[in-house]
Amino acid sequence: MNSIVQNLTKGLIKENPVFVLLLGLCPTLGVTTSAINGLGMGLATTFVLMMSNMSISMVKNFIPDKVRIPAFIVIIASFVTVVDLLMQGYLQALHGQLGLFIPLIVVNCIVLGRAEAFASKNNIFDSIIDGLGMGLGFSLALTILGGIREILGSGAIFGIPLHIFPVDDKGNPITMIVFVLAPGAFIVLGYLIAITKKINSK
Amino acid sequence: MSKKPESTFMNMVIRLFIIVGLAGAVLGFVYIQTFDVIAAAKKKKLEEAIGQVVPAFDTLNVYTRMPATGKDSITFYEAYKNDSLVGTAIATYTEKGFSGVFKIMVGFDPQGVIINTSVLEHKETPGLGDKMDKSKSDWSIQFNGKDPKTYKLTVTKDGGDVDAITAATISSRAFCDATDRAYKTYKEKGGNDNE
Repeated sequence: MNSIVQNLTKGLIKENPVFVLLLGLCPTLGVTTSAINGLGMGLATTFVLMMSNMSISMVKNFIPDKVRIPAFIVIIASFVTVVDLLMQGYLQALHGQLGLFIPLIVVNCIVLGRAEAFASKNNIFDSIIDGLGMGLGFSLALTILGGIREILGSGAIFGIPLHIFPVDDKGNPITMIVFVLAPGAFIVLGYLIAITKKINSK
Repeated sequence: MSKKPESTFMNMVIRLFIIVGLAGAVLGFVYIQTFDVIAAAKKKKLEEAIGQVVPAFDTLNVYTRMPATGKDSITFYEAYKNDSLVGTAIATYTEKGFSGVFKIMVGFDPQGVIINTSVLEHKETPGLGDKMDKSKSDWSIQFNGKDPKTYKLTVTKDGGDVDAITAATISSRAFCDATDRAYKTYKEKGGNDNE
């Protein structure tokens, strides 16, 4: 029982994929201009992680060692395409925002990293839990990052205006635009990594 | 735990082949299942965009034309109500956006006056260029009800009549470029007589 909880929660802070393992930084920095984008990307990745961890754990004794990486990639790419198709059909608006980054989940090192480090050595149930935990940690990281950038850069959270910034003569809030641009992503990420280090070193 | 199969040539080829075959089958199944839903969602999005820029209509006449400038054709949606033309929605584009190509929809009434505009897809900077989208700011409302015959579709900095978005002149210029391309191609056709 303990190991299940441990597998589930280690991804949140102790082994957080973004803040501690520093994996998957391309989508992390690219899509987190708002909290909702971060959450959407995180949940899409969580789904892929769980499904790929499950399937890879199922077929781990079927694949010869020398071709395991191509086999993992095929499995991961299939699930990403499934997510892409489902989002196009049912979540058009979010798909329009995340567009380019959904296919990039294929090459997100978290997914392949967990397949290689965990799912290919553990049973199906543990692998699903590991995928869920890591995925939620990734979602949490992206949502926090996106939320901070959205508050500072657009003066809103989840699209709801907060009215914390002074307004110009046309009524538009004067925000710190740098935070929705690429440099802002690095600045916020740096601080968040430092905070996570502090928490983990206790 | 059962023993892993050895990495012999036959083992590798056959087992990888089975995995790829299974993955292909799953993908084919999902593709067929979602094909209609995706087509319907795309159609709905397009019709919503058309509905935003022209008055209520019952039939659409769709055709494409090559603009005088630019690399790609643009699509015209002539909206008819009870067989009379109420407006033309034009899906136009610009290559001059801050992050490359973006697409907008412009609606003209039969006299060539802009009814409304809407952004179809863009990659402009969040917080700056994306203010051209109506959901972010009402910047683009200034185009409504203007006749490009007398209204110069360039930003004030370039001697035109359009107020640029603060700190996003390039996106504003590109928006004007797309609108202008729609108008010129629309006029080239000579109003609503031939084709």
